[in-house]
Parts: sequence; C-alpha cells; structure tokens
Amino acid sequence: MHQLNISAAAEGDVNPLVPNGWEMLVVFVGFAILFFIVVKYVVPMFEKTFAERAEAIEGGIAKAEKAQAEASAALEEYKQQLTDARTEANRIREEARAEGAQILADLKEKAAAESARITAQAHAQIESERQAAVVSLRAEVGTLATTLAGRIVGESLDDDARAARVVDRFLADLESQNAGAAK
Amino acid sequence: MHLPAILPWGAAEGFSKQMLLVLLSVVFIAVFFVLAARKQQLVPGKLQFAGEAAYGFVRNGIAKDIIGGRDFIKYVPLLFSLFFFILVNNIYGAIPVFQLPTFSHVGGAYVLAGLVYVTWIAIGIKKNGLRYFKLATVPSGVPWYILPIVIPIEIISNFVVRPVTHSLRLFATMLAGHLIVMIAGSGIEYLIMQENFLLKGTSVLVLAGAIAMYMLEALIMVLQAYVFTLLTAIYIEGALHADSH
Repeated sequence: MHQLNISAAAEGDVNPLVPNGWEMLVVFVGFAILFFIVVKYVVPMFEKTFAERAEAIEGGIAKAEKAQAEASAALEEYKQQLTDARTEANRIREEARAEGAQILADLKEKAAAESARITAQAHAQIESERQAAVVSLRAEVGTLATTLAGRIVGESLDDDARAARVVDRFLADLESQNAGAAK
Repeated sequence: MHLPAILPWGAAEGFSKQMLLVLLSVVFIAVFFVLAARKQQLVPGKLQFAGEAAYGFVRNGIAKDIIGGRDFIKYVPLLFSLFFFILVNNIYGAIPVFQLPTFSHVGGAYVLAGLVYVTWIAIGIKKNGLRYFKLATVPSGVPWYILPIVIPIEIISNFVVRPVTHSLRLFATMLAGHLIVMIAGSGIEYLIMQENFLLKGTSVLVLAGAIAMYMLEALIMVLQAYVFTLLTAIYIEGALHADSH
C-alpha cells in the first residue's frame, strides 16, 4: 500500500477537484503552442495535399469527361454533316432532274416553233410564188390569147381596155368552169 | 510513481512530472505531424500515410460528420489539437515509464473544457448575435406553460453543467483508471510480500485482473480523447445552428 501512500502524499490532502494553478498554466501554454503549430503548419500542409490530390483525381476525371464530350460532339457534327451532304445530294439530283425536264421541254417547244415557222415560211413562199405565177400567167395568157384571137378574128384588138375586159371575162369563165370541175 | 519536483517553482509541488509530460506531449505531436506533413506527395509514403490517416480521422470522422457544411474546416485545427493533445496525455498512463495520465490532475481538464466553453459561446454569439442566448435556452415548439420549467433547465444544462461534465468526465475517468491500475499494482506487491505461499499465489489472479484493467484503461484513454473531441464538435455545431435546434 505504500505506493498509494506516496501518491496520496504527493497529492497532499487537497481535494482532487481543486486544480493546481501552475499545472493549469502549463496545460494552457502547451495547448496554445500545439494549437499554433497545428494552425500554422500541420493543417495547411495536409489540406494542401488533400486539395492537390482531389484536384489530381477530379482533374483527370474532368479531362476524360471533356475528351468524351468533345468526341461525341465531333461524332454528332459528322453525322450532321453526313445528313446535310445527303440532303444536298438529293436536292441537287432533284434540281438536275427538273432542269433536264425543263431543258427537254424548252427544246421541244423550240423545235415545234421552228418547224411551225419553217412551215409558215414555206407556205408564204409557195403562196407568193403561186401568186407571181398567176399574175405572170394571166398576163402572158391574156397576150397570147389576144394575139391568137386577133389573128383568128382578124380584128385588131389593140384597144387595151376592151382586150383586158375580154380577157378577164374569159378567165372568169375559165375559173368558174374550173371551180365547177373541181366540185 | 511521481517524479520529484524538478524546480521549486513557487507552487507547492514545483515543476512536476505532470507539467513535463504535458510539454513533452506538445513536442511529440508537433514533431510527428510536422514530419508527416512536411514532404507532401500525392502518393503518400508510410509516415505521411499515417499522418494523413490520423488527420483525416479528426477532419472527416469528427469535424465533417458532426459540423458539416462548408465551414467545418475552420474548426478542424481546434478539434485536431484537442484530440491528439488529450490522446497523447492519456496514453501516458499506459506507458510504463511515464505512467501518468496527465488529465488525472484536474487542472488540465478545466483548462481545455474552459477553452471549449468560451469557444462555442463565442461562435454562437458571432453567428446569431445576442439572440443566441434566447435560441440556446428557449426551445421552439414547446407550449408556453412549460417554458418556465424548460428554460431554467436549458440554462443550467447548457451553460452551467455542460463545461463541468465536459471537464470532469475526462478527469474522473483518467483518475479512476490511474487509481485502479495503481491499486492493482500495490495489491500485487502487498500479496507477494506475504509469508503464506498460498496468499502469495493469489497475486497471480490480481495480476490477471490488473492486466485486464490495464487493457480496459487503455481503451478508455483513447475513447475519452474521442469523446471530449466529439462533444466539442457537437457543442460547436449546436452553436452554429442554434436556430434550427
């Protein structure tokens, strides 16, 4: 029991709840020094490492996520471009087809117009030649007939006005006969 | 068991073993953590890993879990210092040469509990203004006719009893553990001195009991350091979020 007695002697007879002022001071100062070191060095150093580590990990993840996002964006862009290109190709094809049809129609129309024009020209030429032939024939036939008739009748039919009237009447008779024959 | 007083310091006992151990604990903790934290690498070495595990235990296991939010980091230094200061000073009791848990002397426990008391009240006032005392003593959602009973209870439990229990819990467990181990030691010595062989033999039983008590005491030393720090975190959290309690 003597150890306990030594302890009790060291404690004295004081109530254990009554503190020793010097001990309190030492604990206070010791704790203050420790707290200062912790605030000044320990916590900042550990926090710095934690932050760096978190950044290293999160940075890697963020980088990977960014690469992923970029890749999918590129893919999306390529898909979009492909779709655009397809649409464009279709559009061009449609346009070409429409244009071809248009050109064909134009050409047809032009050809038709040309042929019509040529036909009309030919008609006109034929008509004018026929007219010219009729005129020249009328004059020649009139002269020939007059001469012939004059010779036959022996009568001078030089009087132009009369001769013309006779020729006209003759021709009119001829035409009416022709018309009747044609009918 | 006590070393003799080294210097006649004006105090009755002079420079005691308890004081030496307190100052040594500061050196131990500071040296260990400064060394562990000094060469910081993203992939830690053994010492750094141990330091980080210890630091992370207080930071994440106590400060972050209890206080939470974005503000908890402000209180990590206090909680960290408290935990390891108390832990090392308690563990002294389980180390053969030191053999004295320094908080078995009540002064240290008063100092730390007093610091914590001032701290959480200051935090409460800073956060909520003088309204804090109303928030801390008048619980919301209580019928008015119970308030005359509840308010004195709240005042006593929060502002009077809390620092006392906070300090005495640490002091009493350490003193009791210290005494139990010491009594067991003395008992073994006493029994071995006996002439009677059978009585001498019973000292083995006491030794077995003493070892069991020593183990229990070692557990309590760690546990009390944790409890003291945990309660500090809870008090700070209560002061920070007084309006939601």
